[in-house]
Amino acid sequence: LALVADVWAALGTAEFAHIVGLSLAVSFSATAIAAVVGLPCGAALAICRFPGRQLLILLANAFLGLPPVVLGLALYLMLSRSGPLGALALLFTPAAMVIAQALLAMPIVTALTHRAIEEPWQEYSGALRVDGAPRLRSIGMLLAIARRSVVTAVLAGFGRTISEVGAVLIVGGNIAGYTRIMTTAIVLKTSEGDLGLALGLGFILIGISIAVSASAFLLWER
Amino acid sequence: MMKLRPFHAVVFVVLLGRVGIAAEQPAPQSIILASTTSVENSGLLGHILPTFTKETGITVHVLAQGTGQALQTAARDDADLVLVHDPEAEQKFIAAGNGIDRRQIAWNDFIVVGPRSDPAHIAGTHDAVAALKAIAGTQAPLVSRGDKSGTDALEHRLWHVTGIDPAKAGGGSWYRDIGGGMGAALNTAQAMNAYAISDRGTWLSFGNKGDLTVLVEGDPRLLNRYDVILLNPEKHPVPKQALAKRFAQWLLSPEGQAAIGAYKVDGEQLFHPSATAPK
Repeated sequence: LALVADVWAALGTAEFAHIVGLSLAVSFSATAIAAVVGLPCGAALAICRFPGRQLLILLANAFLGLPPVVLGLALYLMLSRSGPLGALALLFTPAAMVIAQALLAMPIVTALTHRAIEEPWQEYSGALRVDGAPRLRSIGMLLAIARRSVVTAVLAGFGRTISEVGAVLIVGGNIAGYTRIMTTAIVLKTSEGDLGLALGLGFILIGISIAVSASAFLLWER
Repeated sequence: MMKLRPFHAVVFVVLLGRVGIAAEQPAPQSIILASTTSVENSGLLGHILPTFTKETGITVHVLAQGTGQALQTAARDDADLVLVHDPEAEQKFIAAGNGIDRRQIAWNDFIVVGPRSDPAHIAGTHDAVAALKAIAGTQAPLVSRGDKSGTDALEHRLWHVTGIDPAKAGGGSWYRDIGGGMGAALNTAQAMNAYAISDRGTWLSFGNKGDLTVLVEGDPRLLNRYDVILLNPEKHPVPKQALAKRFAQWLLSPEGQAAIGAYKVDGEQLFHPSATAPK
């Protein structure tokens, strides 16, 4: 019961509101970028034929298991002031966290969209060709036809971003009031031996993740 | 219109994200302090920084890392100043031309903690080296940070004095090098009834002590000094150096020193200001 009171007290603070807000802002932005890039790319991989296509499909699938901590480290070296992109001054900012998570989610959205579009393309490609629809318009139509699987692809990308901790810890720095998000706050509270609060934050993170995914699912499933 | 909805939703999400990010741009006056976990996790910086920010308008973004990592971060130009506690590593950092103006701001001490059952019978003693020898002799489990932090460096200096290589002594299975922060080490020690060396600040504010208790303290070799170091402007032409210098000066000022001394957890003072009389 003391735990519930602890968590409840923590919830009311401005610090907590910022942590939750930033978690959502970073994950939504990263997922949006991953979707804007991944959906057309995945669809194009399904319906267009060009050299290197098989390799790209292979890469998208291979990077499904990209270890966040490795991507985080690589991005850290790129964004470091003494690295090639240091002049952008992005290291230890929320923007760096968005980039990291977008890169992690992109292969997921791309690979799953490719898979989702393959089947309807085989089914409807004749009709679309007869119709004379240009490939670009075909992409939009196919995404609409396969939208249930496409929603799943985007939600899988979102799931990756909201639950990720390895990459954002390295490129964000877990700075209080600036780059601290739910997952990094849980790591911190655990290291402070505040296991009850850490677990409470964990349940809230799960709740938020479920709420966002379920709402998106219900909204787009209609 | 139905078909446009998904597109609208994507635009909406992008805008939402954008608004969130725009609000997160760094304040015009902000610096990055690479620091040890003990001053951040103990709550010290959270306690004193608002006063500094209110007074100067400068926001201090704290990276809580081990001393080794904090110095590395600064050497790569990714921080504007450091606050750390490993004299040897600091000297190397300065000798390599990375830092200037090392000043001690506060001190406290390291302690040896362990289970109340105390299989090595070190409770109440004041000799850290003898205590480590006793632990190695009984092969009682000991959790080591193993992360090149200031505390880890101290532990290795003490082992060096004992002449024992803990990773090899008696097969080494009692010596558990976890490669983690102070909190992770204390969590691990608590879970496996092991000994550990901790800084006093992290220990006092740590919330999962369980059966762990302070066993050895008061050895002069367990002194723990915290130094602030500015970056060498010749090697690190960082535009924020004036702000970093202002923060370092505030830490050393009577006001900053008073703020450090006033920080208490459960009525106990965690850091003793020492700018005027370095230990």
